[in-house]
Amino acid sequence: MIELQGVWRTYPVGEGVVHALRDVSLTIAPGEHVALIGPSGSGKSTLLHILGCLDRPSQGRYCFEGRDVVALPEAERSLLRRTRIGFVFQFFHLLPRLTAQGNVELPMLFGGVPREERKARAAQALASVGLLPRAGHRPDQLSGGERQRVAIARAVVMNPAVVLADEPTGNLDRASAQDVMGVLEAMNRQGLTLVVVTHDPLLAARAKRVVHLADGVLADAPAGEA
Amino acid sequence: MAFLDLLGFAVGALRGHRLRTALSVAGVAIGITAVLALTALGEGARRYIVDEFATLGSNLVIILPGKVETTGGVPFGGVTHDLTLEDHAALARLGRLRCAAPIAVATETLRFRDLGRSAPILGTTADYQEIRRLRLAAGSFLPSGDPERSGTEIVLGTKVAQELFRGENPLGQVVRVGPDRFRVVGVLAPRGLSMLGFDLDEAAFIPVRTAMRLFNRTSLFRIVAEVRIFAEMDQAKAEVLTLLKNRHRAEDVTVYTQDAMLASFSAILRVLTLSLAGIASVSLVVAGVGIMNVMLVSVTERRAEIGLLKALGAPAPRILLAFLAEAVILAALGGAAGLAAGGAGVGLLALAYPDFPVAIPLWAVGAAVTLSFLVGVGFGVWPARRATQLDPIAALARR
Repeated sequence: MIELQGVWRTYPVGEGVVHALRDVSLTIAPGEHVALIGPSGSGKSTLLHILGCLDRPSQGRYCFEGRDVVALPEAERSLLRRTRIGFVFQFFHLLPRLTAQGNVELPMLFGGVPREERKARAAQALASVGLLPRAGHRPDQLSGGERQRVAIARAVVMNPAVVLADEPTGNLDRASAQDVMGVLEAMNRQGLTLVVVTHDPLLAARAKRVVHLADGVLADAPAGEA
Repeated sequence: MAFLDLLGFAVGALRGHRLRTALSVAGVAIGITAVLALTALGEGARRYIVDEFATLGSNLVIILPGKVETTGGVPFGGVTHDLTLEDHAALARLGRLRCAAPIAVATETLRFRDLGRSAPILGTTADYQEIRRLRLAAGSFLPSGDPERSGTEIVLGTKVAQELFRGENPLGQVVRVGPDRFRVVGVLAPRGLSMLGFDLDEAAFIPVRTAMRLFNRTSLFRIVAEVRIFAEMDQAKAEVLTLLKNRHRAEDVTVYTQDAMLASFSAILRVLTLSLAGIASVSLVVAGVGIMNVMLVSVTERRAEIGLLKALGAPAPRILLAFLAEAVILAALGGAAGLAAGGAGVGLLALAYPDFPVAIPLWAVGAAVTLSFLVGVGFGVWPARRATQLDPIAALARR
């Protein structure tokens, strides 16, 4: 489903050039649960952004569901993000003025989904993370774990093929982290592809497959690992 | 449907910053109020002057001897006949004219005992009172009757009477003009400056035949006539011209209608109103820059939100529309508040000065609404475009 071949990502910095990713090749099959680990500055986030069509490789090929997406126009890439890819961020990124329900409806609002359908689907997504009773609360009335579960509901409400999570438990205590990972893993068991960026080895250990990244290079060959 | 949703989103964002929203709404409101108030004042001035004209009688035809246009090069062409009392008598018989008054004018010194005062003296007939809607403070106007009659009555303007008689009752007194003696039969009520150039309060009136002899004139200064039906103005004007052309065997008079003068005054004042509105709309531009500032701050402050929307796959045109909607809502609220404030202000003014006909013209309301909308769109586009061009990764990096 995800196929990276010889991907480089470079940034010009002053006179020189920084290589965030060097010749990365990676294949992820549908339904996999992959942990992407590495020290900070290793290029984890850059790789996640490229996977999520937020960034483009400087060089190399990226096929998403069999389609080369590197050269797609921005409108097509935002359609992909809207319909096929879900994001979960370390800092939740919920809009403070909207209720949990409103935040979950956001991708559908900008996607032009009719109001009634929006309400029903948002309620369903909130139910799937166990937060239906809190639908009317605003983010500042929710705990950290609850906020991240709202963010997960928002990520899956459009029925994406993959959820990309960037340090989803980085801001949470142990118990909340357990809840959040439990929710994500349950969705993974139902067929959702899951890519989790983390530097927490315990969290990574829960994944069926672990990919190490150091200085922009995939440290070990992921193929065949289970 | 989708547009309403975006509108709802924009309203939610604005409600998050009530003070900032209120201030930029106030900016637009002040601009719109200024536009409305100034156009109302300008329009009020126009109506006031038009009304003044109407009290003078707007259905007047004024006949002057002499042709304004240059005539051909024939050596004997362009001979001007006098405009005579016989012409006046012929005009007075025209069916379309209610009445006509001949006027002969000269400035002479009026004397009462040892006091003298220089004043314009109009030789005319009783019809002049009706045509100019003159009211008398005391006595009566010139007696009606044959214009050829050489009477010795005189009617004084209020100021002339005051200054010549110093509080004495002028009625029945004798006033000298040159060698002639006149008996005061009436004093005009104060009238003030006439639109047509001179102050009736400063004038005196005597019978026209006497005046022509006294001033040693063979031609009248002009004839003023009132048309019976306003709609027949043009026909009346044409009939007057034809009649005088036949009598003089040449087209050697000029005929004005007061209607035409009124129209040009009105046009001049409308330009004045427009320029006032233009000056006031500068404040709308200031308000627009205010909106732009608020929207730019809003875009900068909500980088994370915009980054999130992009990461969630919101199409750039919809993000643009959402931010533009915010700017337009600000401007529209400001426009509505400005309309209310302007309307209330003009209403108060109308209450305070009931004689001055202030009113907001309908076109100004339309222009104000359009302007506030344009300000919202015009000054909202750039910040909104900046929002869509934001790099989502940088925007999401930190909160």
